[in-house]
Amino acid sequence: MRTRLTLMVNGEEREVIAPVHKTLLEVLREDLNLTGTKHGCELGECGTCTVLIDGEPALSCLALPIECQGRAIKTVEGMAEGSQLHPLQQAFAELGAAQCGYCTPGILLTAEALLEDNPTPTRDEVRYALAGNLCRCTGYTKILDAVELAALRMKGAHR
Amino acid sequence: MKKERFSIVGQNLPKIDAWAKVVGETKYADDMVLPRLAHGKLLRSPHPHALIRSIDTARARALPGVYAVITGRDLPPVKFGILPVSQDEEALCVDKVRMVGDAVAAVAAVDEETAERATELIEVEYEPLRPLMSIEEALAHPEVRIHEYGDGPNVHKAVSLQFGDVEAAFRAADLVREDVFYFEGNTHLPMEQHSAVAQRGADGKLTLWSSTQTPHYVHRLLAKILDMPQAHIRVVAAPVGGGFGGKLDPFAHEIAACRLSQLTGRPVKITLTREEVFYVHRGRHPVLMWVKTGFRKDGSITGMHFRSWLDGGAYGSYGVASTFYTGALQTVTYKIPVYKFEGARIFTNKPPCGPKRGHGTPQPRFAMECQLDKAAEQLGLDPADMRRRNLAEPFTKTANHMTVTTIGLGECLDRVVEASGWRQKFGRLPRGKGIGIACSSYLTGAGLAIYWNDMPHSGVVLRADRSGLVAVLCGATDIGQGSDSILAYLAAEVLGIDPKDIRVHPADTDLTPVDLGSYSSRVTLMAGNAVIQAAGRLKSRIVEAVAEKLGVAPDTLIAQDRRVFVDGDPDRGVSFAQAVVLAESKFGVLAFPGSYAPPKRAGKYKGGGVGPSPCYSYSACVVEVDVDGETGEVRPTEIWIAHDVGRALNPLLVEGQVEGSVYMGLGEVLMEEQVFRKGVHKIPSMLEYKSPTTLETPEIHTILVETDDPEGPFGAKEAGQGPLLPVIPAVANAVYNAVGVRVDEIPISPEKVLKGLEAMRKGKPARVGPEKLPLFAFPEPKMIESAFGEPAAAIAERPFAS
Repeated sequence: MRTRLTLMVNGEEREVIAPVHKTLLEVLREDLNLTGTKHGCELGECGTCTVLIDGEPALSCLALPIECQGRAIKTVEGMAEGSQLHPLQQAFAELGAAQCGYCTPGILLTAEALLEDNPTPTRDEVRYALAGNLCRCTGYTKILDAVELAALRMKGAHR
Repeated sequence: MKKERFSIVGQNLPKIDAWAKVVGETKYADDMVLPRLAHGKLLRSPHPHALIRSIDTARARALPGVYAVITGRDLPPVKFGILPVSQDEEALCVDKVRMVGDAVAAVAAVDEETAERATELIEVEYEPLRPLMSIEEALAHPEVRIHEYGDGPNVHKAVSLQFGDVEAAFRAADLVREDVFYFEGNTHLPMEQHSAVAQRGADGKLTLWSSTQTPHYVHRLLAKILDMPQAHIRVVAAPVGGGFGGKLDPFAHEIAACRLSQLTGRPVKITLTREEVFYVHRGRHPVLMWVKTGFRKDGSITGMHFRSWLDGGAYGSYGVASTFYTGALQTVTYKIPVYKFEGARIFTNKPPCGPKRGHGTPQPRFAMECQLDKAAEQLGLDPADMRRRNLAEPFTKTANHMTVTTIGLGECLDRVVEASGWRQKFGRLPRGKGIGIACSSYLTGAGLAIYWNDMPHSGVVLRADRSGLVAVLCGATDIGQGSDSILAYLAAEVLGIDPKDIRVHPADTDLTPVDLGSYSSRVTLMAGNAVIQAAGRLKSRIVEAVAEKLGVAPDTLIAQDRRVFVDGDPDRGVSFAQAVVLAESKFGVLAFPGSYAPPKRAGKYKGGGVGPSPCYSYSACVVEVDVDGETGEVRPTEIWIAHDVGRALNPLLVEGQVEGSVYMGLGEVLMEEQVFRKGVHKIPSMLEYKSPTTLETPEIHTILVETDDPEGPFGAKEAGQGPLLPVIPAVANAVYNAVGVRVDEIPISPEKVLKGLEAMRKGKPARVGPEKLPLFAFPEPKMIESAFGEPAAAIAERPFAS
């Protein structure tokens, strides 16, 4: 059964006609061509497909779009303001926090939600926030460094 | 070290592809969409070992939305394999399956769901055969043959090499230890599942985009498998979302996508599910090891005899190389005057093992470094000091004819001992807390290609555009390690421009000169040397043209800060872009090749081709752990690792490689297991196949040591694999230091620690590990003279050097 969906993605209203059982991950990637959102398992185990729904990290491989109507969905493509990168994106690039880059979108969005809730997290708080996002390349060290650097810069900017 | 002579090298620069990766712009293979794209799916065997009686695809073909269904009969009847000596694979099995997960048919359909439904409609009649699930079982049942070839029934490869009289060495020793170790298999677990898109053009030519680490080898093999001219096939490497060796073979999905595209005239994409990734595997071999070593009172080694039994799984893959690698690099860290190695790889009905980060060397490194620790204790020596005193000599040959160049291991050891507070901690920590140390070494690129040839291992074409842009065309693939960036930095360094002025194009067999691939830690050294050569050639033309224009001698000019000018008089010069115009006006199109092949110094014996490398990296690691006596849980609390990288071309990226290696080593030593029950993977999911999260990964303190190796590009050696190796034995040694339990078997799970503690309470030896060895007669050893201590030329002659 196909259904018409109205989704608010990265601040834009998008209309999609898709089978009702299609996951948010599939609709984002296949119907909206937002391929920045990646998949690592499609079983809710690795965190790679994380997007923000109303500001909260959510696994898009387990979310049904029909339940996301009327809610704000944010993908990695929506993080930058125009051509101005989000401080997290800037820090991840500068510090080598993205190696193969495949887990990066999910981690960036999870970190964005963390910094929204807690602008000055300790290193262990960053660890806990990112514990659901697997990365096989970096050993996490540069990722933690980058989140800390972004937090520092954002704090400076808010002053 | 003359750091000041560099302007780009040595700087912590962002990777050139970092910006695309942080905004989601990077197009991985599964992100590709083409008009009329069909989606493919493979049907895989549920049996570990069975004959295929029949395959009926009629119902699948009849399903609406299905474009094509193929079986092995729709492909030319040839077997293939990555190594010329092991041509034993079929993309779609015709008569027999040898593992759960062997592909038997493939479907292309309008969407993934329809393709999957169609595979369920394919009827395959199997006749199950006895599955052989372990080394013991495979050797005990020679009447059941997984393959008809090899060095004996179910023996893929058996090797025996002897370099000098080890028995005499043992007689001369004060202490001779024999120890047995086991290293369980584990898998790469890249975050990206393998994906490929194939497109047959209307001209009959084929293009494949794939998440592969070796586009060149895939290119070669596709021609054979599809029986078509290689010149009519184009392979383009997509950015790889994590490889670690898991994307180094040609895979069924790549071949099926090609064939389905040929039949349907549509582009066809096949992306594996996570479960399929666990089955295609090619990961760490389970290896059982016996090692006998003679030591003198001062800890020096008189000789070593090493045996390894590898559980290879169902196919050859890189297994012959893996077998040799379990015996190749023992000799490059410490002085071992005589050495004997026996190894055997056994076929079993499980997914094939192959090259995972460290390829065949983490297992013996674990065994050797744990045995050294045991010997140090028996001899009353500090394990750090004992290692320090017995390091191999730089610029010499080893017993098994490996040529070592620079060795920074002494400095590595000193630095981690100092940074970790080893002297204050070893033997002085409370029970439950422990500290352990280990060293290692790894190749900077394999000395030989997979197939014999005299061509370059790495080729680059550098093209300077009138705009001042420089394009790097190279067949190397960036799998996240940053190899594209390294090529840009090196070209920028030579040409005096900014890495931003350089575009590095992805590997594309139509356009880029061959680079053999991202394996054996070869790209920085080999493609790096090639790009330096190409850039040097371009620069000399540019300088010549500018010199003529300015009326000065070429050797008075330098290229720096995007300008070419008279040294000491920056105003007398032109911009780089103007210099390019002058040069193109004088010489025509500016496109220059660079070629690299390693010095030819393989040992002159069969098997001597595995292990040689232009140079070796060295690492030393100290790990501190907490061991919970109640639960048996091992928690690493802090890690110090020093790595001799020759020269850190970009310290930030080198640190990233070291940290990632440490992390992966931790996963292997503490939790990761690729294990099967009746041929079915016990835990084929990212939840149950445990890998370290942020919470299990401690702080890693990385120390970079530079030795400026004459073989490396500006002195650089590898960083992506070597640092994994010492982590595993360092943790094992730390566990022993904490609670007195020797776990001689990887992974060191809580159960094993508790078992050791229980044995200790009962007054039994607190050792957990393998108790017996397979009954197996190795072949008579080939007797080769030990080359130990022979001097090595500082720089061996390199093909294509001028």
